[in-house]
Amino acid sequence: MLDDFVTRAILAALGVALAAGMLGPFVVWRRMAYFGDAMAHAAILGVALSLGFSVSVFCGVLIAALLVAVLFLSLTQRTQTSDSALGVIAHSALAFGLVAVALSDAQIDVEAYLFGDVLTVARADLALIWSAAVLIAAWLVWRWRGLITWVVSEDLALTSGYRPKLEEIGLIVALALVVAVGIKAVGALLITALLIIPAASARPHVRTPEGMALLSACFAMLAALGGLKAAFLFDTPAGPSIVCVAAVVFALSTGLAKLRGQ
Amino acid sequence: MSLIDARGLEKRFGADVVLHGVNLSIERGEIVTIVGPNGSGKSTLLRMLAGALQPSAGSVQHAKGLVIGYVPQKLALDASLPMTVRRFLDVPKRQPEAEVAQALRRVSVEHLAQRSLDGLSGGQMQRVLLARALLQKPDILMLDEPTQGLDQTGQADFYRLIEELRVELDCSVLMVSHELHVVMSASDRVICLNGHICCEGTPEIVQSAPEYRALFGSGTHGALALYRHEHDHVHDENCAHDHAHEKAE
Repeated sequence: MLDDFVTRAILAALGVALAAGMLGPFVVWRRMAYFGDAMAHAAILGVALSLGFSVSVFCGVLIAALLVAVLFLSLTQRTQTSDSALGVIAHSALAFGLVAVALSDAQIDVEAYLFGDVLTVARADLALIWSAAVLIAAWLVWRWRGLITWVVSEDLALTSGYRPKLEEIGLIVALALVVAVGIKAVGALLITALLIIPAASARPHVRTPEGMALLSACFAMLAALGGLKAAFLFDTPAGPSIVCVAAVVFALSTGLAKLRGQ
Repeated sequence: MSLIDARGLEKRFGADVVLHGVNLSIERGEIVTIVGPNGSGKSTLLRMLAGALQPSAGSVQHAKGLVIGYVPQKLALDASLPMTVRRFLDVPKRQPEAEVAQALRRVSVEHLAQRSLDGLSGGQMQRVLLARALLQKPDILMLDEPTQGLDQTGQADFYRLIEELRVELDCSVLMVSHELHVVMSASDRVICLNGHICCEGTPEIVQSAPEYRALFGSGTHGALALYRHEHDHVHDENCAHDHAHEKAE
């Protein structure tokens, strides 16, 4: 069954969508959209790194994304406001990444990393994607109480015996993982869309954090399936098609919420 | 042993020393109120005692297994976070349905269970925050300016509720407040703070202490004098100084 590239593409997109959909609400609640963007832009630098040090693209991207996170956290503890700090980091990382890739002799297709290339997913990629999705799901279940308490109030978390710093580190690592596996499915430029749009689509229809995470994951997977279907039908690039469907779902969801008077 | 024991607490933000030389312990069953002008470090002290903030120097010791019922000044909830009152009461841990109903009834907001948190009024929010703290079965309730934004009647009701809860739960209460006249009558011990502990003791002792009068004046039980505070001298180690200031009265 996995011999078919279509099946592999569907499974890969579903895995990435599941991981991004579950994690998305936290990005929205903690206002980390731009942070996610910065990590994703660094992915291109990660691709260049992986070429230079001959490690896998997955490792290179993961390391680059985490580097960006560390850099950001150390910058914002000083004087820069987070907004400009992220702007500096995100675009520098992308620019250096593009230049580094161009300088290397390797023949690589930058577009495949910017916009994704889910039709060429190999079995090994699939294993990686689903390992990441399962790992993130398990971490969410394990840390759920602490995470939600932290999102509600840092003081409440601290006085209840949780350690918000650890939850934050966990969230950053999980985000880096999503970026590292998502680059194959939807690409560096669009992975943040898969984090934000399904979560935002879910918001008007739910009353609890749990509901939002579940509905967000469903919407993300719906977008993955619908986007791939559209890509085959209209012969359009898969990554952008997935994000287009996510955007249509968002529009419908918002319209429905307005109709119901929320 | 004391529930909370703080020794030599100091807090700096950058170069600013907000608090220094604070020694304080809280015993089981007492109601302690921290009063002081704006910027005197009240909330900072409360948050350090609660473990929400690390002191720059000194130590805070909690009794073994101490459960804190923390009531923050307000919740800065992001509008993107869906949260009903009922769900909020399960933060951090899920609570039995019967106990939740009882806690909501105890603070008179049982009709709000299915409401969304962001639609509540200031007074309703305070009560919901308190209900959540009650469900933790705390050894100590810690409240940061719990009656801010409530009218006089609302404040009096709230403090009466706190006194009743202290007896029902057999817990201590530590709170920070501005409302001196109300607080005074509801407290076993008052701590007058302005960068350090200026004076402390029973409400009667504190009210007649020269340091307290220097901070809050005496004519109106302090309620109005708070806003013409003229306590801008340099503090030394033990506050063994004359509170030189111009008396407006």
